[in-house]
Amino acid sequence: MIEQLHSDQPWLSLLTFAPLIGALSIILRRMMSRTDENGAIADPREQAQIENNARWIALGITSLTFLVSLGVYALYDPSRAGYQLVEEIPWLNDSIKYKMGVDGISILFVLLTTFIMPICILASWNSIKSRVADYMIAFLILETLMIGVFVSLDLFLFYFFFEGSLIPMFLIIGVWGSKGTKEFAGVSMPSRVYAALKFFLFTLLGSLLLLVAMAWMYAQAGTTDIPALQGYEFPAGAQKWLWLAFFASFAVKMPMWPVHTWLPDAHVQAPTAGSVVLAAILLKMGGYGFLRFSLPMFPLASADFAPLIYALSIIAIIYTSLVALAQEDMKKLIAYSSVAHMGFVTMGIFTGTQQGIEGGLFQMLSHGFISGALFLCVGVVYDRMHTREIAAYGGLVHRMPLYAFLFLFFTLGNVGLPGTSGFVGEILAMTGAFKVNSWIAFFAAFGVILSAAYALRLYRQVMYGELTKEALMAIPDLNWREWLPLGLLMLFALFLGFNPGPALSVFTPAVELLISNYDAALAAGGR
Amino acid sequence: MEPFVVLLPLFGAMFALPVARLVGSRAAEILTTGFMLIAAIGSWIILFDVGLGSGEDKTIRLFTWIASGSFQAEWAMRIDTLSAVMLVVVNSVSFLVHWYSMGYMKDYGEQPRFFAYLSLFTFAMLTLVTADNFLQLFFGWEGVGLASYLLIGFWFKKKSANDAAIKAFVVNRVGDFGFALGIMCIFYVFGSIEFDTVFGAIAANSEAIPYGRATGAPIQDLTITFLGNDWHALTVIGVLLFIGAMGKSAQFLLHTWLPDAMEGPTPVSALIHAATMVTAGVFLVCRCSVIYEYAPNAAAMVTLVGAITAFFAATVGLLQDDIKKIVAYSTCSQLGYMFFAAGVGAYDAAMFHLFTHAFFKALLFLGSGAVIIGMHHEQNIKKMGGVKELMPLTHILMVIGTIAITGIGIPGVFLFGAPFGTAGFVSKDMIIESAFLAGEAGKTFGYFAFTLGLLAAVMTAFYSWRLIFLTFWGASRAPEAVRKHPHTPPDAMMWPLAPLAIGALAAGILFYGNFVGDKSEAFWNGALYAKVEHHETPAADHAAVDDHGEPTPLGASETSHGADAVEEATEDHGGGHHVPNWVLWSPFFAMLFGTIAAAFHYLRGDPLRPGLLRSGGMIYGILKNKWYFDEIYDFLLVKPAFAFGRFLWKEGDGKTIDGVGPDGIAAVVAAGARRIVKMQSGYLYHYAFVMLIGIAIFVTFMLITAGGGQ
Repeated sequence: MIEQLHSDQPWLSLLTFAPLIGALSIILRRMMSRTDENGAIADPREQAQIENNARWIALGITSLTFLVSLGVYALYDPSRAGYQLVEEIPWLNDSIKYKMGVDGISILFVLLTTFIMPICILASWNSIKSRVADYMIAFLILETLMIGVFVSLDLFLFYFFFEGSLIPMFLIIGVWGSKGTKEFAGVSMPSRVYAALKFFLFTLLGSLLLLVAMAWMYAQAGTTDIPALQGYEFPAGAQKWLWLAFFASFAVKMPMWPVHTWLPDAHVQAPTAGSVVLAAILLKMGGYGFLRFSLPMFPLASADFAPLIYALSIIAIIYTSLVALAQEDMKKLIAYSSVAHMGFVTMGIFTGTQQGIEGGLFQMLSHGFISGALFLCVGVVYDRMHTREIAAYGGLVHRMPLYAFLFLFFTLGNVGLPGTSGFVGEILAMTGAFKVNSWIAFFAAFGVILSAAYALRLYRQVMYGELTKEALMAIPDLNWREWLPLGLLMLFALFLGFNPGPALSVFTPAVELLISNYDAALAAGGR
Repeated sequence: MEPFVVLLPLFGAMFALPVARLVGSRAAEILTTGFMLIAAIGSWIILFDVGLGSGEDKTIRLFTWIASGSFQAEWAMRIDTLSAVMLVVVNSVSFLVHWYSMGYMKDYGEQPRFFAYLSLFTFAMLTLVTADNFLQLFFGWEGVGLASYLLIGFWFKKKSANDAAIKAFVVNRVGDFGFALGIMCIFYVFGSIEFDTVFGAIAANSEAIPYGRATGAPIQDLTITFLGNDWHALTVIGVLLFIGAMGKSAQFLLHTWLPDAMEGPTPVSALIHAATMVTAGVFLVCRCSVIYEYAPNAAAMVTLVGAITAFFAATVGLLQDDIKKIVAYSTCSQLGYMFFAAGVGAYDAAMFHLFTHAFFKALLFLGSGAVIIGMHHEQNIKKMGGVKELMPLTHILMVIGTIAITGIGIPGVFLFGAPFGTAGFVSKDMIIESAFLAGEAGKTFGYFAFTLGLLAAVMTAFYSWRLIFLTFWGASRAPEAVRKHPHTPPDAMMWPLAPLAIGALAAGILFYGNFVGDKSEAFWNGALYAKVEHHETPAADHAAVDDHGEPTPLGASETSHGADAVEEATEDHGGGHHVPNWVLWSPFFAMLFGTIAAAFHYLRGDPLRPGLLRSGGMIYGILKNKWYFDEIYDFLLVKPAFAFGRFLWKEGDGKTIDGVGPDGIAAVVAAGARRIVKMQSGYLYHYAFVMLIGIAIFVTFMLITAGGGQ
């Protein structure tokens, strides 16, 4: 049985809905303004004021939410396994409850989310020029939904947040995405809309299967309480189908090969902050889902399907690394490298070993910092030059030494250099995989070679060489709004690279509990 | 005190740029160089304490790095003789190179960044040699790779420098691929990655139970399944670790990055690509000596690759015209010697050669740097000649380096209990003899290594003297402007060469007794493992020669070596073999032959006239093009990787996945919808989704009902 420590105060609810308060206040502020008959604000000065207010409210609220999350972390006891700060009230009926709680697997993702959000707001400060207030509202709602995903302890509550997060992200890509048109299904449309639709199409398909599976589980077990379901033993035959349904949803979110093709498009079209959230947090929901649902609830199916996961992970690592080598667009390259890095996560998680799972978790955390930062880095030059094409750059180091330094650091993190957080997750995940089967680790290790090739190639083409292009001659180095977030992310990636203990020790109790339950279930199931 | 020996260079790296900005570039140079001086002195104190004095081996643990279950790695500093020797080599050469760079970099600018990188490299190298677990070793291993990448590409405006930097990093990563798998394999077998646990278990032959197995076996006999086949566990580990060593030490097949790495500033070549970083692979094999002792097949592979490299790199070195490339191939070849020494079990000889090589190779590189500066940044020795007159001091130093590497000395003559000769003479002959003894003892590839080692010695002498003759001797072929006004290297560039020259001449004699002679057992104190049953390691054996060879050294050397060989070989003193006299003399004659051949060709007539290998010939072509390795790799690996990536992107992602997936579905739905419903296209997707939802629910339900009854 999984221990659950209840909390007297609704800390997690406060944390989850705090950003929503910000969104509401932006909406209120706008409702107070005079509008013409079309609903647009008449006075341009008032419009500008509303937009500025929206920025500051968003920054203030997201920062405050981060502080609240630190408070929540202070109340959390990392030495215990099981759920803490649990709150529970009846919701739809007796068995579907509003229930929240955190454990060693989720707490750090909550912190990651609250930490990344103020950075996203800063990154959007000047680069978003149209419908700023709407944009900030979308981000604040998105934050609520993302935190909700990680703290939900009820199946349907989780589903609500998990799927709900799709909508603001869809809008962020579709409305504030970049220009260009694309032919899709015989219709010419803006590429950003194509990307948003693709994103929606892929994710929705998975989530429908998830919903059906959840309904079936509710009918079978009579509860939607996640801890209870983790203790409920589904029949071996049913586990298989349930596992596949959950897999369909989480694999798209990760994304795993071959359902990854929405990611490069989404990244390319999304505004910088959208890419950051996508890479740093939304992708992590898939890995989180595997650990929260697939492994504990369907252990037998997880063990049976593990080879499938290994195969897909290895393909993802090698295939997308090779594809990354061929990219001409900076964001696409980083997007493909994200898929490769997520391959290490899925591989590690399904080894069912302590190193593998902790490695997968750590890799997700580290990837949040590093690839988030890389997208910020691309955003920096995109804001200046309005192109993401690698060939449009070259020799930036001459004009932007600070940028060169930070970009180099994150490139090395992406390569998984020891001393950056990128290394810890990869080596642990591979070690876990080696224990299961040396072939997996063997193939995964090719990613280590290829990542060096594509990441250093990108860096060299953008940063090194003579500065010959006329347009780049006057390009300015970073301003404080740019270097501050990058500097913070670097400190985190460096600190966790040299001393990952603070994160690993939070994972450990939860992972040990997970593994012991998993092994017991396998033993009972005769595997 | 000990941690500061490692940490001072880190501080130097961190402070160099801020100090340069606040105080000035010179201050940053002095600060980092000063830190290196302190660190170097500290390292010598540690070596005297641990190796020569009564100091105990110890491990200083700083804090935990990674801890996940039993996968535990600490930030630690392991002090034993092996790491102390490496500390001395790294810190001393690094200090001298820092000092030298204060003069050298004046011509180029950007000193603070350069010094920061140099110090960063030193720090990474020190964490490598002082590691007490495989993971910290790997940290240093990749860290030096990073510093090497940054320094090779130091002049980032140059395309060739950027290419070389990436090549170095990626080729090294190929080696690291093996190394990382080796670490995982160690953890799988031992459940630990700490040296003490792993090495202790092997030496004690304790029972090991790999993960997931019900029963174990004594570790020395354990077999594991690796990549679908059953293998001897220690052999797998030994081979994987050695693949890492091959990358870092530029051994045959993974050597291609080293010559290109000469794009870096010359002090970098001296420090990283000659004296220290590239020897990390040798260090790794010596550190893991206990593994190779019980994995004879892995050791045989080390011998084989080392011997081939020694030979191969020397052949390429024969025809190079770039002064730095000659020295680079020479380094590659000398590393081959160290490896085959380690492969045949003469770890002490390998470490000894590593130690002496650091002196004379750093000297040769730094001397070449002085020549390059003097010749107005010319590197082609065919455009030099007669530099002796322009730079007499540099000439003397380079000749010292050359007699050290080619090995001048008198075989069989002992001075203070050590063979009489230059550093390279003492240590290289030691290696060649060890290979012969190993061959005699029946070790795989022993005689092979001995033969290739001798052939390489001939070529070593040839190309080394060719460099001297073409650069310094004869008539000048340099342009008028250079001849009239050679740049004079600043004093800061010449002073650091003095200690290196002394080392190149005397390090062999001075340290023979401790490294490989009669005091070696006390010196190493278990840091290098030797299996009990073949106690007749060449070290102990050579000491025996020395013991009773001393009274009549000249007498022994006067006998004709051919006849003596049989006699000597049959003699057997308590399990130890003597080296026959012809073996003792063979490296000397090899050196002599190479030297005379070089003199014959380059000191008579036009030195640039075609020699034995005329241009246009096949052998000439092969050697000149470095056996076409770059072209082959480019054709077989690099181009296909890019092309394949492009193919997967366009055909795999674009046509197949998206074509069948979203685009295909959308197209079908769109076409159908348009025909049947004729809705406004804006609402098309809603219908597409509704349809998909319906299908998905239907199919899923079918599957669940079918699967539920299982």
